[in-house]
Amino acid sequence: MNNIQLDNQGRLKHFLGIGGLKRSLLIDILDTAASLINVPEKSVKKVPLLRGKTVVNLFFEPSTRTRTTFELAAKRLSADVLNFNIDTSSSSKGENLIDMLHNLQAMHCDMFIVRHGAGGAAYFMAQHVAPDISIINAGDGQHAHPTQAMLDMYTIRQNKGDFAPLRVAIVGDIRHSRVARSDIQALTILGVSQVRVVGPKTLIPKGVEELGVKVFHDLKAGLKEVDVVIMLRLQRERMLRGAFLPSAYEYFQYYGLTKEVLKVTHPDAIVMHPGPINRGVEIDSNVADGPYSVILQQVSNGIAIRMAVMAMTLGAVSEKKDAN
Amino acid sequence: MATLSIIGGRVIDPASNLDVITDLHIAEGEIIAMGSPPADFSADKLIEATEQIVCPGLIDLSVRLREPGAEQKGTIFSETRAAAAKGITTVCCPPDTEPVIDTQAVAELIQQRAEKAGMAKVLPLAALTQGLKGEHLAEMGILKEAGCIAVSNVLPIVNTDVFRYALEYAANYELTVFLHARDPWLGHNGCAHEGAISTRLGLSGIPEATETIEIARDLLLIEMTGVRAHFCQLSSARGVEMIKEAQAKGLPVTADVSAHHLFLTDQDINSYNTQCHVFPPLRSEQDKEALRQGLLQGTINAICSDHQPHETDAKLNPFSMSAPGISGLDTLLPLTLQLAEDMPLDLITALSYVTHKPAQILGIDAGTLAIGHPADICIFDPNSCWPLRPDKMYSKGHNSPFLGREFKGKVTYTLINGRIIWKG
Repeated sequence: MNNIQLDNQGRLKHFLGIGGLKRSLLIDILDTAASLINVPEKSVKKVPLLRGKTVVNLFFEPSTRTRTTFELAAKRLSADVLNFNIDTSSSSKGENLIDMLHNLQAMHCDMFIVRHGAGGAAYFMAQHVAPDISIINAGDGQHAHPTQAMLDMYTIRQNKGDFAPLRVAIVGDIRHSRVARSDIQALTILGVSQVRVVGPKTLIPKGVEELGVKVFHDLKAGLKEVDVVIMLRLQRERMLRGAFLPSAYEYFQYYGLTKEVLKVTHPDAIVMHPGPINRGVEIDSNVADGPYSVILQQVSNGIAIRMAVMAMTLGAVSEKKDAN
Repeated sequence: MATLSIIGGRVIDPASNLDVITDLHIAEGEIIAMGSPPADFSADKLIEATEQIVCPGLIDLSVRLREPGAEQKGTIFSETRAAAAKGITTVCCPPDTEPVIDTQAVAELIQQRAEKAGMAKVLPLAALTQGLKGEHLAEMGILKEAGCIAVSNVLPIVNTDVFRYALEYAANYELTVFLHARDPWLGHNGCAHEGAISTRLGLSGIPEATETIEIARDLLLIEMTGVRAHFCQLSSARGVEMIKEAQAKGLPVTADVSAHHLFLTDQDINSYNTQCHVFPPLRSEQDKEALRQGLLQGTINAICSDHQPHETDAKLNPFSMSAPGISGLDTLLPLTLQLAEDMPLDLITALSYVTHKPAQILGIDAGTLAIGHPADICIFDPNSCWPLRPDKMYSKGHNSPFLGREFKGKVTYTLINGRIIWKG
């Protein structure tokens, strides 16, 4: 289903999800990001790869962090950036998605960064957008968050080098997590030795094993000897309203990541989190701020990954290569 | 009234277990003879039906006409014409129109407009409760007199006390209750069968138990109240099993399945195909197979189209935001014929699911070619192939997952009360 992401030469045209992409392409994204990682450290924090291009942030769900990193990434590539924060309550009353897309298209934009509450929304837009426009999925419902997954992979590679021997555990609300789904796919394609998901039964979706993971309901069992721990954010409002959990307090007792729990992992294990973190709910402060934590590396890497994906989908990287 | 003879066709009448090449003769809107005509009979018109199949007009237990209330999706004229064009001569329309079919006025309006359209016959289902709200009983006695063939609430009745009395009250007027088994809470925000596919696509799931919990509750109340009940559009293997057990216990229970549930599974929504967004959801391969077996074993008695036409925009949305439903009139007959090819199933039995058996469920004088009965007839060429194309659909709704697919079996004539309503 993700073939729509690729042009007829197998290059990235849109970036909608990880599923269906080849290992070599994922490595390509990581390598491209590596070549861009030092841009922010220079005195002129810009490269001209997307000069003259217009990037539109189209956010149907509130987000500060992801939107800001996309904006920063676009600006460092010298693109012009427009931000649209659309209140879904008003958009559902008025203009439909297609009309909105066509209107923005008429303004001659080159790329839409889309975040939407419905699974498949980015895929839907890619199906209906003009052929010269690229769509990047910045999170669609519970389906996918591919740039987050790639920045996670980047961070893992940065710390661990080779993917093959790694055991990775993803902990928390797997059911509602697009990050978990995209991470699982990326880790599987990159060939880690084992992917585990850990959480209470209410937060593990049915049939998740078929994505190639091993399910654990006990945190210590799930973290035993793992090399990478990816904690997920617990959305407290959703949890309590939806009867998934009795309280944040109880959740922390059984699924919160503490120093004590971390003793069961591989001694060099790293701890990741897509942020924003809930201290004392899914992760203890001294873990979040501790030596194993690579959470802030993830944030920095996120900009490079987003630069890489933007440049690759708009053909800027391969053009440059051709020119050389 | 004109007289008519249908000559040389393969006449299949499941009601009388007849499959023979013969002639049919029609006068005064009824079938008056088979084989040689009565002595004083002369036909005003002859229909040459050699190499074609002549069967009772199809009876479809669930057709949203969309009028009144959602005429941008369909009208009584557009949808009954679409039915007639595909050999369907009688359609039942559920009460979830706007306004709801909970007053004599709405029931009469629909029938009058259907009569004026002069296409397929329309049998409205009355609401079980006022406004389908599950709070106060609808005027079922009056609605029955106003032509409603059965009662249904479409939506779940949450208050079990109200539900119990609604069923008892329906039984009082000998009305069959059409039930759409759906727990009001379980998977209420879902849009796809809960399983590996909904998990991968990040779509909220509708578990099988959404159907089976409600079936269990319904069956207990059916037993308690003695009402005759019909379960609409089963979707799960477990559901079929439960209906089978209830029938074995002697409960007065029948069931139908939509044609698309016999051919599609959750695999088909794979790339967020909104044309496969339906309720109840398309479930697993195993569920699909159990639904097919349910037909063969007689647990499921009828196939319906569960026709739900939509304007194009309703499906032009991300999956969960698109409107559920399939425009199914065009594919009821061809999918039924396809089933006969796919399965160890003879044509006469396959056709019984869309003719004689739904007529029995409704208790109407239709769905047969026996002498003395209304001449509602479908004639089709079983070998003629055609592609399903939006510009060739008469329904206002072109929302079908089968668009572009080739089908076998083309309707050449549709007769209602002995009149040619459609000529292909």
